Amino acid sequence: MDKRLTRILPRVQKPSRYTGGEYNQILKNKNEVDLRVAFCFPDTYEIGMSNLGMSILYQTMNSLDSVWCERVFAPWGDMYEEMKKAGIPLYALESGDPVSEFDTVMFSIGYEMAYTTVLDMLDMAGIPLRSENRPDLLPLVCAGGSACVNAEPMAPFIDLFFLGEGEELDNEVLLLLRKAKMEGWSKKEFLRQAAMIQGVYVPSLYDVSYNGNGTIRAITPETGVPAKVKKRIVEDLDAAPYPTDPIVPSTEVVHDRVSLELFRGCVRGCRFCQAGYIYRPIRSKKPQTLIRQGIEAVQNTGHEEISLLSLSTSDYRPLSELCDGLLDYCESRSVGLALPSLRADNFSVEIMEKIQKVRKSGLTFAVEGGSQRLRDAINKNVTEEDVLNTCALAFSGGWNSVKLYYMLGLPTETDEDIVGIAEMSEKILHCWRMNAKNKSRGVRITVSTSCFIPKPHSPFQWEAQVSAEEYLRRVNLLRSSIKARNVVYNWHDAETSVIEAALSRGDRRLADVLEEVFRNGGRLEAWTDYFRYERWMDAFARCGLDISFYASRERNVTEILPWDMIDMGVRKSLLLREKEKAYRSELTPDCRKACSACGAASLLKGIQCDG
Amino acid sequence: MDKLRMRFSKTGRAVYISHLDLMHTMQRAIARAGYSLKYSEGYNPHPQISIALPLSVGMSSICEIMDFRLNEEIDTRIFRDKVNGCFPEGILATEVYPAERKSSLIKWLEIEGTFEYDERRPEEVLDSVAAFFDQERIVVDKKSKRGMTETDIRPMIRSIAFSSREDALMVHALISAADPTLNPELLSGALRQLKPELAPDFASYCRIETLLSDGEIFR
Repeated sequence: MDKRLTRILPRVQKPSRYTGGEYNQILKNKNEVDLRVAFCFPDTYEIGMSNLGMSILYQTMNSLDSVWCERVFAPWGDMYEEMKKAGIPLYALESGDPVSEFDTVMFSIGYEMAYTTVLDMLDMAGIPLRSENRPDLLPLVCAGGSACVNAEPMAPFIDLFFLGEGEELDNEVLLLLRKAKMEGWSKKEFLRQAAMIQGVYVPSLYDVSYNGNGTIRAITPETGVPAKVKKRIVEDLDAAPYPTDPIVPSTEVVHDRVSLELFRGCVRGCRFCQAGYIYRPIRSKKPQTLIRQGIEAVQNTGHEEISLLSLSTSDYRPLSELCDGLLDYCESRSVGLALPSLRADNFSVEIMEKIQKVRKSGLTFAVEGGSQRLRDAINKNVTEEDVLNTCALAFSGGWNSVKLYYMLGLPTETDEDIVGIAEMSEKILHCWRMNAKNKSRGVRITVSTSCFIPKPHSPFQWEAQVSAEEYLRRVNLLRSSIKARNVVYNWHDAETSVIEAALSRGDRRLADVLEEVFRNGGRLEAWTDYFRYERWMDAFARCGLDISFYASRERNVTEILPWDMIDMGVRKSLLLREKEKAYRSELTPDCRKACSACGAASLLKGIQCDG
Repeated sequence: MDKLRMRFSKTGRAVYISHLDLMHTMQRAIARAGYSLKYSEGYNPHPQISIALPLSVGMSSICEIMDFRLNEEIDTRIFRDKVNGCFPEGILATEVYPAERKSSLIKWLEIEGTFEYDERRPEEVLDSVAAFFDQERIVVDKKSKRGMTETDIRPMIRSIAFSSREDALMVHALISAADPTLNPELLSGALRQLKPELAPDFASYCRIETLLSDGEIFR
């Protein structure tokens, strides 16, 4: 280990997150591989090590003998200061080698607020931020993840984006890069070749021009480059790589458990939900595969909990079979089973009682809207009756804590809808009084609201976000409407939501804002510890850009959107149809009741969509 | 099964694993090795595992002691070999055996310190540092639960010797492990407080051996 590091580490908080050496880390001889990958997560170790995508792709890339993929995370503030002071550049955990020595730097970006941390990590590595200032092929700077479905604000910094799922795509690109390195291709030669691979978006090959009013005039690809980049998926999830021997952190991370992914995509089509659209088509894993992988992973890691992951666990058809199979193994070994993302409408008593046998956690409902009219407008197929029935069952079964999630600022929301949130929590409280067997322990009902953020590739991608002032007015309205003592109300602050709204639907000009924020110390901006609203507002002002143009402007449906060169599988005409239905409070049945022919199924060649 | 004891070393990258994280790491390593730890009874069962004399983060050791109970009878050598295949880098079990004596009987710790000087050669300071620790009293300010207190650390040092290497001054000492506990950091700390001109630019420590009050090796 670097001698300078041994002097610093005893002084910083939780130093073991900066050392590597965990069980199951992958070590290779750097002289025996052709390509070294610095796989970067633009947030802390605790967050990055909880990310299943990171874990899958780490193993996928390392499955190539010619490649050694290592992990890199962003240091917390104290370590950042110490590294700067000692002149230690950003390094990878496995080898401890500086990131600048690697052939490629690949970022997994899951949320927009991590953008400036990407810049910070490049800077800490001593790599020029802008693609145009890196004339050589190596190090190639890539990025993928759900915050790259509109990659435009990051376009000037990143050489190559991965769209969609990386299990096959990443290795195809790596092998091409290996060839390019061996044969001494120019960066341009490589990028043009790579752009022919489905799922690769090379922003420098697309020219964007603007109208006088700031909207986009045209997106023009270079000759021979696809006008639309289609995302990649893996078809057969049972055969897709899943690490049953993931790295086991030696310190506590956010999700310290085995994560089993049941299926990808979602059949529900909630109109505000980007994830519900960008991960289609629906592909499920077989319960036998999941049971086998879950047991192997518990054996290989020593974890005490398995968590079932998906966008809507209740929609996994063989859920009972899966739970039975896992519980068979888990119960006798005190391994807990966690089922987040259960829906209130088809939440079965059976499932609830099953998981309760091992460990009891709280109940969480994502209700999203305070009235049936609004829930219909957003296509959230949950009724008050569903929630109350489920609560009744839960309370009589001994549960005494309920969390309810809502969004404020959804399209068509009125004050009546907001007051409806308070009314519903009163009804749940009443429900507890009627059903709880043991009232002495009390009940805790937690209502949380966040500010709605319109997201690209969702039916609400053209919508305006309410202003921060308006969001706070709605928060205060709700606060004054909640009277019951047992109901706790938490609200997400408006300021980060405004920035996130601007970034998520931003264009390339926002790159200047990102760089400005970074130059003024903006890193780890997803953390309230570090987020500074003024820094963002100053940066917008200095770059001559108006944040409301991005955040709170309704887009005309004929406008060219910054992400129009990206095809996530669902047709734009379907998104538009859904937007129009929202204004008529008209429901769209879930994919299993009636396929809406969204277009995503055309990504499949050998199998059918499970929707 | 009766209480078992594991002697293990914690060196290299593992020295940065905190005491609490180490407990969790041990639990998982034992589970990975295919053994099941015995849990306490009661409302909130916790695994029966304890590590004697928590080691400060950054300090290494080749004589750590962990007591635990399993739900099964085991062959201690097979257990040791299996669990050694399941640790993160830097942790290694040296011995596993039934615990006979209480670990609270440990009175002295043999430690080795490495004092690094950036601007000077170690042998230049060797005699003065040795003389400093040869004093009858070494009173330092020590953080305690009730704020700062003055403590004479000299009685907590049973023996201390210095030697110089090319790159560092080596300290070899027997210090009090319990009643009262002397954190080895206070050896370099005392210099920093009382003779800053002799204080090393960086000091690191390693535990070598656990001893009973009469100086006999504890097992």
